[in-house]
Amino acid sequence: MKLKSLIEKSNSKTSLRRQWAGLSLTLIGFASLPTSAQAVTEIQFWHSMGGKLGDWVNDMATGFNKSQSEYKVVPVFKGTYGESMTAGIAAYRAGNAPHILQVFEVGTATMMASKGAIVPVAQVMKDAGEKFDPKAYVPAVAGYYTSRKGEMLSFPFNSSTTVFYYNKDVFEKAGVRKIPETWSDVALAAALIKSSGAAKCAYTSSWVSWVHLENFSAWHNVPIATANNGFDSPDAKLLINSPLHQKHIGNLEQWSKQGLFTYGGRASAADAKFHSGECAMFTGSSAAYANVKANAKFNFGITKLPYYSDVPGAPQNTIIGGASLWVMAGKKKEDYKGVAKFFNYVASPELQAQSHQMTGYLPITSAAYDITKKSGFYEKNPGTDVSVQQMIVKTTDKSRGLRLGNFVQIRTIIDEELEGVWAGKQDAKTALGRIEQRGNEQLARFARTAKE
Amino acid sequence: MALAVDERSAWFKGWGLPALLLAPQLLIVLIFFYWPSVQAIYSSFFLEDAFGQGAEFVGLENFERLFADSDYANSFGITVVFSLLVTVIGLSVSLVLAWFADRAIKARYVFRTMLIIPYAVSAAVAAVLWSFLFAPSVGVVAHWLIKRGLDWNYLVNANHAMALIVMTAVWKQISYNFIFFLAGLQAIPRSMFEASAIDGAGPFKTFFYVTLPLLSPTAFFLLVVNVVYAFFDTFGIIDASTGGGPGTSTSILVYKVYNDGFKSLDLGSSSAQSVILMALVVLLTIVQFRFIERRVHYG
Repeated sequence: MKLKSLIEKSNSKTSLRRQWAGLSLTLIGFASLPTSAQAVTEIQFWHSMGGKLGDWVNDMATGFNKSQSEYKVVPVFKGTYGESMTAGIAAYRAGNAPHILQVFEVGTATMMASKGAIVPVAQVMKDAGEKFDPKAYVPAVAGYYTSRKGEMLSFPFNSSTTVFYYNKDVFEKAGVRKIPETWSDVALAAALIKSSGAAKCAYTSSWVSWVHLENFSAWHNVPIATANNGFDSPDAKLLINSPLHQKHIGNLEQWSKQGLFTYGGRASAADAKFHSGECAMFTGSSAAYANVKANAKFNFGITKLPYYSDVPGAPQNTIIGGASLWVMAGKKKEDYKGVAKFFNYVASPELQAQSHQMTGYLPITSAAYDITKKSGFYEKNPGTDVSVQQMIVKTTDKSRGLRLGNFVQIRTIIDEELEGVWAGKQDAKTALGRIEQRGNEQLARFARTAKE
Repeated sequence: MALAVDERSAWFKGWGLPALLLAPQLLIVLIFFYWPSVQAIYSSFFLEDAFGQGAEFVGLENFERLFADSDYANSFGITVVFSLLVTVIGLSVSLVLAWFADRAIKARYVFRTMLIIPYAVSAAVAAVLWSFLFAPSVGVVAHWLIKRGLDWNYLVNANHAMALIVMTAVWKQISYNFIFFLAGLQAIPRSMFEASAIDGAGPFKTFFYVTLPLLSPTAFFLLVVNVVYAFFDTFGIIDASTGGGPGTSTSILVYKVYNDGFKSLDLGSSSAQSVILMALVVLLTIVQFRFIERRVHYG
């Protein structure tokens, strides 16, 4: 209204100088409008949750904004995990980082090493006087984000793990009676599916590194790197060229040659191969559940990740993927109070339970799991508790997860070298050796920049 | 150009006005070209953490590492193959199209307009379109190829992946080449063709002995532009279709710069790579101007 009258006024005068004056006044008006209308503190929250998950984040922010009047959380979608992390780092270097940045699990070591760029969540909560109990979180989740000194550095937000999906209709057609528990069961089922022609492709996998090396190691209780998978020191070396890893990747190589395993591309590209009905068995993220449920025109089941029964201690537990929220440094004290209040809001068991049921992510607090269990959700949606079963056990030093620097690059290296295996250019042993060599170079470089 | 210099030039007294007139352009060049280049050279000597909190001067270590890295040498080879394919195929196909469109045929305006459209499509969209057509499990063309007995799968087969990005890159650049070739063809006086026809030259002889030499300035310009295009602008296509894979088989130099710098946040190595790339393109352009331009005939 004010602006409109200003523009009209300036138009009615013919003097050029007055028009300029009017225009500049208009601009001043634009600039001052938002601040004069509200005296609330804005909290910038950069995330990577697209589509339905984006609605989930927006609803959460709206809920918080309605619950009080001092702070306003502004969620901004910044693209994929890799993109928003890069954007956050670039913004920090330019001096205008967001308050909260969502970072995926493989970026954890980089964030932890960036002392001074972040404020530990535990400290944010303490300074603001908000109650915060790290013990409320599922150990496999909390451990991932806790520093060597036992301080929780980031706020667990969305976590998933790897599970095994299968097409019940194809199983019936092919005469597969036993739901695969071990990798030899998978091979038998795949052979039956292939020989009966019940599906075009027997088995595929998303996130090859995460499923077949990272989770594979934890699930069999073998280390993936020295220094307790990098938890004890940034100076770690990969340990993925063990006989067990060679056996597994070698098996996949054989199955790939026999047409029992079909490589479906990097990241989650193979998800579509399963829910389109092309592949009968699939390993991928537990968070793919919503998508599979929405798209699959067949009956499907979810079960635990397969393992090798001759390995002592297997199955142990699987490890998480997903992301956590980091608080960036250099903001006003008042702003951090708002951040703490928002985290406290998000951590409420009711909201956590609701998030878990809606998104397919893991319940990250024990209370959220109990609420969901009592509500009968798992009976109504069979298979949704598989991921929880895999996770809620006491973890070991080898199965706690991994904290390796430059891990974004290392995952790419793993993809690259293993693609050589699926293409028949190199065997499993050569590929794993190359991964160790190239990966260790990355780790050594990281150790140099992450001096403590 | 044959015109005498003094006939076309205007002279300014002093430096004030010329400097003022040049300032906007120089400012843009300085801010958007020289500044980043100097920054890249500077950070290529450092090993830095992602947040830029501590940078350690490492001298030429970033370069040494690159030259000792077999993957980097590999990426060079891939870039050479890719650029050659994109430039040669792109120029030949668009020349043929322009040659046809230049002839007096019905609805040629429609053809011309249609041929220009791909240029308006962004690299990412073009890449998505083509990778969808050729997607091993759902693509229409892929389905057809597999039916014909070719086990098409660009996710696993390096040659297929290369073919896919070459096709996409060529397709996207054809319009640009086409417009220039068409304009070049139309600038050739008709009397030349008539003369060659009278001398008894057939269409092929006319093309190779009359059209092509007269087109050489356009062709040379397009050669330079296409090489630079293949080196730099095809990044979006690769990112949206193959992501440099399978393995590193489609990871050309500029894609590696992006991947190491922006995805992996290894700024030192990424800067060193862009410095090398910069030097390479400068070198290539010098070579092109010194050795190929000699054979160009400016009318």
